[in-house]
Amino acid sequence: MKKVIVGMSTCGLSAGSQKTYDRFGELLAASPGAFELKSTGCIGMCYREPLVEIRENGSRIVYGSVTPELADRIFKEHITADRVLDEHVALRMDRGAELGGAEAPHQKEQVRIVLRNCGLIDPESIAEYEAALGYKALRAALLDMKPDEIIKTIKDSGLRGRGGAGFPTGLKWSFAAAQKGDVKYVVCNADEGDPGAFMDRSVLEGDPHSVIEGMIICARAIGAHMGYIYCRAEYPMAIRRLTIALDAARENGYLGKNILGSGFDFDVKIKQGAGAFVCGEETALFQSIEGKRGMPRIRPPFPAEKGLWQKPTNNNNVETYANVPWIIVNGAAAYAAYGTEKSRGTKVFALAGKVACGGLAEVPMGIPINDLVFKIGGGIKENRTFKAVQMGGPSGGCIPASLGHTPVDFESIPATGAIMGSGGLVVMDDQTCMVEMARFFLDFTQNESCGKCTFCRVGTLRMLEILTRITQGEGRVEDIDKLKTLGAQIKEASLCGLGQTAPNPVLTTLKYFPEEYEAHIRDKRCPAASCTALVDFCIDPEKCTGCTVCAKNCPVEAITGERKAVHTIDMAKCARCGKCITVCTFGAVYKK
Amino acid sequence: MVTTAARDDDFSYRLWRYDGAPGELIPLLQSAQDHFGYIPRRAISYISGVTGVPESDIYGVITFYSQFRLQPMGKYVIKACDGTACHVQNSRTIIDTLEDELGVEVGGTTEDGLFTLSTVACIGCCSLAPVIMINDDTHGRLTPQSVRKILREYRRREQAARAQDAASCGEAGAR
Repeated sequence: MKKVIVGMSTCGLSAGSQKTYDRFGELLAASPGAFELKSTGCIGMCYREPLVEIRENGSRIVYGSVTPELADRIFKEHITADRVLDEHVALRMDRGAELGGAEAPHQKEQVRIVLRNCGLIDPESIAEYEAALGYKALRAALLDMKPDEIIKTIKDSGLRGRGGAGFPTGLKWSFAAAQKGDVKYVVCNADEGDPGAFMDRSVLEGDPHSVIEGMIICARAIGAHMGYIYCRAEYPMAIRRLTIALDAARENGYLGKNILGSGFDFDVKIKQGAGAFVCGEETALFQSIEGKRGMPRIRPPFPAEKGLWQKPTNNNNVETYANVPWIIVNGAAAYAAYGTEKSRGTKVFALAGKVACGGLAEVPMGIPINDLVFKIGGGIKENRTFKAVQMGGPSGGCIPASLGHTPVDFESIPATGAIMGSGGLVVMDDQTCMVEMARFFLDFTQNESCGKCTFCRVGTLRMLEILTRITQGEGRVEDIDKLKTLGAQIKEASLCGLGQTAPNPVLTTLKYFPEEYEAHIRDKRCPAASCTALVDFCIDPEKCTGCTVCAKNCPVEAITGERKAVHTIDMAKCARCGKCITVCTFGAVYKK
Repeated sequence: MVTTAARDDDFSYRLWRYDGAPGELIPLLQSAQDHFGYIPRRAISYISGVTGVPESDIYGVITFYSQFRLQPMGKYVIKACDGTACHVQNSRTIIDTLEDELGVEVGGTTEDGLFTLSTVACIGCCSLAPVIMINDDTHGRLTPQSVRKILREYRRREQAARAQDAASCGEAGAR
């Protein structure tokens, strides 16, 4: 019987997959037994959601952008009459054959280790995870391997922390393992706070058991009996699926007392974050789990020695743990075969922004930025010009298109002034103003600074004030030097990663796009036509229908025009409030 | 209508199950916020009494985290995403539209108590930017027009529900 599998992650749902799922439900109710209806997580092709896969005997056909109407057609043609609707096929994965379908070129470069099950299994079914070799690694780790053998395997694989800093995972585990004492903790950082990064959400929603299994293996390796997953409250579905997965793992004997008869005890609790970016910093995260204000503290002592509740703690992020079971099952050498000499394995990137095919992509480390943007991301939306990528979120920086050949790994990216970060890659085109981008990030870090260190608390605010005034056309010539000095001081005098990296977005844009700052400051002009105070508002005569809505809504009566005739904006009167853009039904108002 | 006293009793019952485990302050506050829609002054007193954490410390924790609110929220909390990807895709215009359609600024609640507008840094739906969340429902690939449509849909449903309530109350009264 054919299986109909609908992508029901947050990305799918927000693209309307609930309606699609419901339609298949109605079709199934009308002809019972015609097919089997299932749901799954995110396969990574977020730009083609809602995605629906039809699976039968080793043939797997994924349809993209499936509306309820298309669902009817798929039922009538494909499910009942075996006629594949080729024009709607996003991906075709037939056993033993090459990838087919419209999206195959974007998928070919990928190697799926972390995302091995995402979009393929039902995340709410432990049986499906087990069928995909799930908990096989745990069995091996508990019954056949000694803790130091587990650590050696992870060390040999070359796995480095995927949360951003890239610290060798095996080495980290060995530190916690070396600590004496019975009470140790395993913590999973699922406080994915970098705006623009969503790979951890997809893994938690699409394959929660892989993270739990990785945590149990870690617990065994370091000798911990209690674990915490610190997940942001903004990810309600991830929390729901994790809760289901934890319950199922307990029922099946993978968590709790005497796991798989090995005599080893371990359990995991979920802690919901309460909305503080700084809690992604591990010492702040521990404070938050302890129920306090999430403020970082000085290291050393490092968490391996004194972490959560002053006990030895190992903290890794979601993606790191999700790698672990695969490495145990397939061996360290198989993992180390991917990537570069110092950055082994694969990395999941979240492609977003002005890229044509936004979504998740898992690729071997060391792939050039250009390949990510053009081969996998399908280039820039509307065929505009590629200007830069922003990597590492508010702690990272903008890498210009001219450095597009840079390989993505833990050595090359920091050399540009950006950081790997957790893997968010926001693509920018010629309509993105780099000064505004810098201001945007400073606004974020300034807001999220916990306030402990003066330079971070006050310095970021001063930088934000300067950047705001530049984007409003009130920049001064000395501002650029002031930004550089403040940036250097904040980096030097802040305790944690948030402050130490907060100036990066400003410093990298100053380094690679000095002409944009100068245009704002000297010519009072925004080259990307983005900064509202420095642009003209115009009405596209091709699109304007003369409906008069903009004129009626303009608070300063700057818009004139007869009904059913093209309207015009008098820039001498215009207050640049942007109201006309929000009310125009035809998208006719634009900035120049 | 649920009375304030009944709501408080119900919350006290939850607190009563608190087992003294360390680090439960934030989950208790989250539970209070789920229950009341915000964290009322008296909830702080209850929690302090049960956990032994001073009220001043609890206030410090509440104001540290952006999730917690000391003011009542609307029935629907709109989280407009202003993360990097949404920002690059003009989320500012979406937020302007929301402010305009609702007649409140970010942080405000509409007079009818239906909507509270807030912004968040990222809800992880970057490839569908710009995105908003209304309670736990995510809406993606927005334009100013689709935002207005979505809000009007919520209002329409709400009015229909109220009309139905009023009708059934009327029937009950007639009997």
